[in-house]
Amino acid sequence: MMATTTPGGWRLLLLRGWLPVTLVALWWTLSAGSEALYFPPLQEILTTLVDEWILGPRWRSDLLPSLANFTIGFGTSVLLGTALGVLLGMSPVMRALFAPVLTFFRSLPSPALIPIVLGILGLGAGMNVSLIVLGAVWPILLNTIDGVRSVDTQLREMVRSYRLSRRQIITHVVLPSAGPQIFAGYRIGLQIAIILIVVSEMVGATHGLGYYVLESQQLFMITQTWVGTILLGIIGYLLTLIFLRIERRVLRWQIRMRQATGAS
Amino acid sequence: MGAEHLLDLQDLGKTYSTGAVRARILEGVEFTVDRGEFVCVVGPSGAGKTTLLKCIAGLTAPTTGRTLFEGEKVTEPPAKLAVIFQDYSRSLLPWLTVAKNIELPLQKARFPARERPGIIAEALANVGLEGKGGVYPWEMSGGMQQRAAIARGLAYQPDVLLMDEPFAAVDAQTRIDLEDLVLGMSRRLGMTVLFVTHDIDEAVYMADRVVVLSGTPAAVARDITVDLPGERDQVQTKNLPRYGELRAEVFGLIQAAKRPAMQRTETVPARRMVP
Ligand SMILES: Nc1ncnc2c1ncn2[C@@H]1O[C@H](COP(=O)(O)OP(=O)(O)O)[C@@H](O)[C@H]1O
Ligand SMILES: [Mg+2]
Repeated sequence: MMATTTPGGWRLLLLRGWLPVTLVALWWTLSAGSEALYFPPLQEILTTLVDEWILGPRWRSDLLPSLANFTIGFGTSVLLGTALGVLLGMSPVMRALFAPVLTFFRSLPSPALIPIVLGILGLGAGMNVSLIVLGAVWPILLNTIDGVRSVDTQLREMVRSYRLSRRQIITHVVLPSAGPQIFAGYRIGLQIAIILIVVSEMVGATHGLGYYVLESQQLFMITQTWVGTILLGIIGYLLTLIFLRIERRVLRWQIRMRQATGAS
Repeated sequence: MGAEHLLDLQDLGKTYSTGAVRARILEGVEFTVDRGEFVCVVGPSGAGKTTLLKCIAGLTAPTTGRTLFEGEKVTEPPAKLAVIFQDYSRSLLPWLTVAKNIELPLQKARFPARERPGIIAEALANVGLEGKGGVYPWEMSGGMQQRAAIARGLAYQPDVLLMDEPFAAVDAQTRIDLEDLVLGMSRRLGMTVLFVTHDIDEAVYMADRVVVLSGTPAAVARDITVDLPGERDQVQTKNLPRYGELRAEVFGLIQAAKRPAMQRTETVPARRMVP
């Protein structure tokens, strides 16, 4: 059961904030003055983070490229997955033509593609972006197909009897109707994309956050490894927050409908 | 001449084939609807009323025969025909406001953009939903949603309105209100309506003619002209002796087809009460 009243304002901030703040405070105090190789003081980690990534040049040389790769890769996956999903979802013939290939590719763990993509495209942004697309496009595509196929039959008949144009059907009926499922696909795709920026840069790049994390570890610069890891965590968290905001905005009608009708 | 009638069903038959199973639903259905008529098709649940309506609307192809609409064979949904579906909650788009729902089917060629607000307002007024254009369907009661769906049909300015058990999902009082609303509206606008229902009272009360569908596969058992006064009233009309005779006749036809052996012992059930 859900709570009947949702806390708001300061109360919500307090409820949400106490655990992260407590954890950071604990970490800060417990690690203070630590000499252990793998557990440098949090203070040192944060100082390095600010010096290297905010005041220093790394935000430009490593952070921006990673974010650019992610944006291009995830953006391409979203556009490609949605467009192809609508096409395949609306056409049984197209589905029959492509379903076996689809099932094959989505069952392939995307990191397994690294050696081949690396061999073909070499080190660099092209390889990183391609890998993200190859990993993130499948859940988006499959969810879109499912969402489009599950458009209500009576709704389909309504649409046909009023002779809506193909364009109207896609923008006003199919996409909104499949919206919740499409966004569920985006959400999975987003997680995969975040994982793959890191993985692809660890093995197939000469800069970027993933490269930095692995490289610093191999050079025993453990503070830097912590810095990279924390940064990745923060970026993943922020990307998820931004995504949820957009999702809430696009699917606003559905949230309001649920609140109004009390439906799950 | 086919063009004399607005709708002309000729030897309409429909068989559904799912795998090896073939279900004959309709066979040799024939009747006509003229301009301005209010015709009710009545038959028990599962008789094939929705199937018949889909054939007429061009949503599914009949296995045999054909429907002529304004003299032309129906092969796809005609532009001057609108369908009001049984389940309003699955007919209006929940992500669009009522006004946007009504506007969506109004194509550029027939409905220039600047005329649309007027058309939408008029359609809403015709179903008693003045000023509700900005509301979302799920913010309204079931009865109001079905009215909004009817308004969408009206705004589309069809020559015939097909209605598939449109009041089956609303409560009894709302149902009576909607029956009178649709009757009044069709008289006022001179609309042609083909109204499908399993409710004998509803059929006799609303129709100029009742087409009784019965049997398996279903065919027209009788085409009855309802010789009741044009102005219908939920209490007065239903108290007329002729009303009782007509509903007994329809009931008898449906029962006879359902259980032929028992037709003599069946008694007509109590009328649906007017609250
Ligand atoms: N698409 C379909 N495929 C197979 N059988 C169907 C289909 N649609 C309806 N039927 C069957 O046809 C019969 C008549 O259905 P329907 O036209 O919905 O009846 P009614 O509207 O009078 O209740 C039912 O037995 C139903 O199961
Ligand atoms: Mg039906």
